[in-house]
Amino acid sequence: MLNKYTRRDFLNYAGKISLAGTGAYALTSLVNGCVSADVASTLSQVAQHSDSIIKSGTAVMKAMEDFTPEQEYYIGRTVGAVVVNKYKPYNDNSANQYINVVGQTLAQASSLPETFNGYHMLILDSPEINAFATPAGHIFVTRGMLGCCRNEGELAAVLAHEVGHVENRHGIDAIEKSRVTDAVTIIGLEATKTFADSDIADLTAIFEDSINDITTTMINNGYSRSFEREADKSAVTIMERVGYNPASLIAMLEVMDSRLKPEGVDFAKTHPSPQSRIEDLSKMVSGNKKPSFTSVQEKRFQAAMKNV
Amino acid sequence: MTKTMTVQVKQCQLRSKPTFLGKVVKKLDYGERVEIEKEENSWVNVSPGGKNAGWVHISALSEKEIILNPNSQDIKEAASNDEIALAGKGFNKQVEKKFRQDNKSIDFSWVDKMEKIVVSQNEIQNFISQGGIKAKGGA
Repeated sequence: MLNKYTRRDFLNYAGKISLAGTGAYALTSLVNGCVSADVASTLSQVAQHSDSIIKSGTAVMKAMEDFTPEQEYYIGRTVGAVVVNKYKPYNDNSANQYINVVGQTLAQASSLPETFNGYHMLILDSPEINAFATPAGHIFVTRGMLGCCRNEGELAAVLAHEVGHVENRHGIDAIEKSRVTDAVTIIGLEATKTFADSDIADLTAIFEDSINDITTTMINNGYSRSFEREADKSAVTIMERVGYNPASLIAMLEVMDSRLKPEGVDFAKTHPSPQSRIEDLSKMVSGNKKPSFTSVQEKRFQAAMKNV
Repeated sequence: MTKTMTVQVKQCQLRSKPTFLGKVVKKLDYGERVEIEKEENSWVNVSPGGKNAGWVHISALSEKEIILNPNSQDIKEAASNDEIALAGKGFNKQVEKKFRQDNKSIDFSWVDKMEKIVVSQNEIQNFISQGGIKAKGGA
């Protein structure tokens, strides 16, 4: 035990150095001509919707320096396992297949279409109104949430919002910064690909704490209103690219607003009120406010959701 | 100046056009190196092996060289060279295995099951056209 704490103390210290190093690197990149051009062009491509170049610069550098998509995948799988163990899966093949077709189509149209192992969706067997997304693109939607969706457009709105959380790396952001630097430090210290047992134990301890940070934020505390707004903004863009009317997101939030219990444990607790999101969204959504659907869309939605 | 990048996801799509609506002409695997011919929005044009020119979304690529099965020389080099990364470092299969040993009550079987639900590009195209959805493209 003593050994472990000593090692972690060292890691905290080393982490600070490593953090300072990262900052210096970012600064150098931004003033250095050649690299700066690359970074700037990547930024303008990857983060078109960000409020400022500086902010997206930080996000991109962070994503590049901290965890690789492969590591985010392992984080995502475990977050997903925690969620599905708490809520239980809804074992209905045709419904799950349908939400994957809708969801994976939307994910392809996002600004982060390529995650390490792709996007995958699963329905949770719970009346609670909620939805979750892991950093790797595992997306969970409860039956209670699906109950707020009256058509394919409203379902697309829910899924596009969750893809928005993945695209904006909100899950990874929930991890305490010191853990990230601890992990990066262990990884950096080890030159070998296969870790020694003691390193695996240390890394797993950080891994477990990181998973806790994410699930606590997602399930118990919820994201901030600004993160929700960011995810809604992404959802609007994604829906427009695919061809869904983003006004469906507002329509779905109105249904949700009428169904949420203010003292509830679900979305009401973990999300800003639907009314405040509708307010923010009405500034982002222009054009036709009344989404319409083809008979094929109506039919396939009803067929897939009939038991949900 | 051509720039070389590396596929940083398990498998990514090479498309005929720089949009998610572009037909998938080939799949590229983790660690594959590609030379960037030109860029358009978030897409880069590459022609792996000198043929099959197509477009890859930038999110699939890393500036670093990623080595899947490093030998001792690679390991030595990666330790001092920021432009080289070794696949499978950090949070990996070994860490997940240890986590699962320590947390036996957490069952991963549904995560494994959901990861098997993969919607092909054809299914996506059919879903959009049969539904009468007027896709704008982009991304």
